[in-house]
Amino acid sequence: MTVAATTGTPLDERSKYLRSLIIDGLSAGRGHVGSSLSLVEIVRVLYDDVLNVRPGEPKWPERDRFILSKGHGCLAQFAVLADHGFFPKEELKSFCHSGALLGGHVDAHVPGVEASTGALGHGLPIGVGAAIAARMRGRSSRVFVVMGDGELNEGSIWEAALAASKHKLDNLTAIVDYNQLQSYGRVDEVMPLEPLADKWRAFGFAVREIDGHNVAALRATFAALPFEAGKPNAVIAHTLKGRGISYAELNADWHHKSSIKPDVIAQLREALEQN
Amino acid sequence: MRQSALNAVYDLAKRDPRVLFIGSDLGAGVLAKMKAEMPDRFLMEGVSEAAIIGMSAGLAMDGFIPYFNTIATFITRRCFEQVAVDLCLHDLPVRLLASGGGAVYAPLGPTHMALEDIAIMRALPNMTVICPADAPEMTRAIEATLEWPHPVYVRFGKGGDPVISAPENGFTLGKAITMRRGRHLAIISTGVMTSRCLDAAKELADAGVDASVVHLHTIKPLDERAICEAASGHELVVTVEEHSRIGGLGSAVAEVLTDSGIRTPLLRLAFPDAFIGTYGSQDSVLESVGLQPPQIAASIRKAFERRDASAVTLSSRG
Repeated sequence: MTVAATTGTPLDERSKYLRSLIIDGLSAGRGHVGSSLSLVEIVRVLYDDVLNVRPGEPKWPERDRFILSKGHGCLAQFAVLADHGFFPKEELKSFCHSGALLGGHVDAHVPGVEASTGALGHGLPIGVGAAIAARMRGRSSRVFVVMGDGELNEGSIWEAALAASKHKLDNLTAIVDYNQLQSYGRVDEVMPLEPLADKWRAFGFAVREIDGHNVAALRATFAALPFEAGKPNAVIAHTLKGRGISYAELNADWHHKSSIKPDVIAQLREALEQN
Repeated sequence: MRQSALNAVYDLAKRDPRVLFIGSDLGAGVLAKMKAEMPDRFLMEGVSEAAIIGMSAGLAMDGFIPYFNTIATFITRRCFEQVAVDLCLHDLPVRLLASGGGAVYAPLGPTHMALEDIAIMRALPNMTVICPADAPEMTRAIEATLEWPHPVYVRFGKGGDPVISAPENGFTLGKAITMRRGRHLAIISTGVMTSRCLDAAKELADAGVDASVVHLHTIKPLDERAICEAASGHELVVTVEEHSRIGGLGSAVAEVLTDSGIRTPLLRLAFPDAFIGTYGSQDSVLESVGLQPPQIAASIRKAFERRDASAVTLSSRG
């Protein structure tokens, strides 16, 4: 089953607001813009509706764990964490500056961030360990790992998938931000993944495919966890890289941008409003 | 030595519920008792070292203390990024139990010989690197890791190694043990080479050369004071290691001496910068590179008589 990501549906005000926070993070003139914009709704729904976390007590032992394995998409998580009060929104404005709290990948010193990632293929193995740990401690807390589609090229992901299935980790959810582009270009040209859902099924996961920008669909999908008792969960979220900025959508030039000038930032804000 | 280490992990696990054992795809029956008695804390996770390191990190983030055992080269070469990022960057108490350090797996060829593992591991911030000399010291070393709040790499010898450690010397991470005191020169070694250095020291004594032998079971954090004291009090310092001459014990000692301005000549006896093109045994490979006791003694004597380490070092590069 293939679910096309929506291109024509306007973003609601909250999705636009969170994207405006991402743009706030570009004052140093750099960031993985497209990679962050594709996963805003995934992270938004997780923090707004799904994750049992405490912004004032980020290390609360009973919390659910969220690991952004595609650590370069950090601006999306930082925007949501700031909006939820894990740290002041002002921190976004010094993203990547010398001495700043927030840098170009998620880092475990940031309140609300569980694991430092950036090198790819690390999140799911860590998530497997976290899910086993939660079960061993008799906790009901769950583990969510968001991976990029290009990241699925890494062999360690599939090693971890074998282990997740072996251990019947139905408290673990692997989410693929399937935004169709990796750094160089189209995923189906650089390293094709299809049939992706079948791959996860073959590895023993219970799989759902959804439009990763559809807030209601994301809510309903996460509300249905675990999809099948005794199986780890995979959510393939079909998204658009660069979603929300028309000229950045599915444009590999916007995977990462440096030397972003103030006038370009103004154009981004304008483009965002046109949604 | 491996058996002692695994038994020590089992003993720790019996008294501390945080302790887990993780193997990759180890030999049949390994730690069968632990598996039977504590099945939830005995994990055999297949030939997937990268994922196992990440899994260990996830467990350690939740307060567990995983002891992961596989072959040394699979820990140091295959999943270096996982060790660096998942363990060292997060500074997690995961223990890497490395079977077959040095030339132990000589019969199996260069894919299995760990002759640069110390260099790789000691370059990582937050990593601790230990190389016990024999089985009883291995037991003490594993005990010492329990409350150590950082990742640890533990290099295993072949097993059946001569016992030269003494219980009264104890085992304190980062603290060198002086095994023998001599007037003329100091030999600094680690792991199973300390036994060979003690034998070499006896041969030197017969020839009228009185050598100290300092056992550096911990390569990182390094006992810099012990190194400086050994160097300051002698006319020659010698390092002996079952490791490439790049980045291991000799390099670490050279760095300390350079940084502290100590000008005592340093002779580094180690493996050449090359893959070993022969099989045989650990002993035969050590002999092929001049690291058996009579050869160590001969190299030291030559350097000591000339008070010039380069006389030996340069010729040994061949």
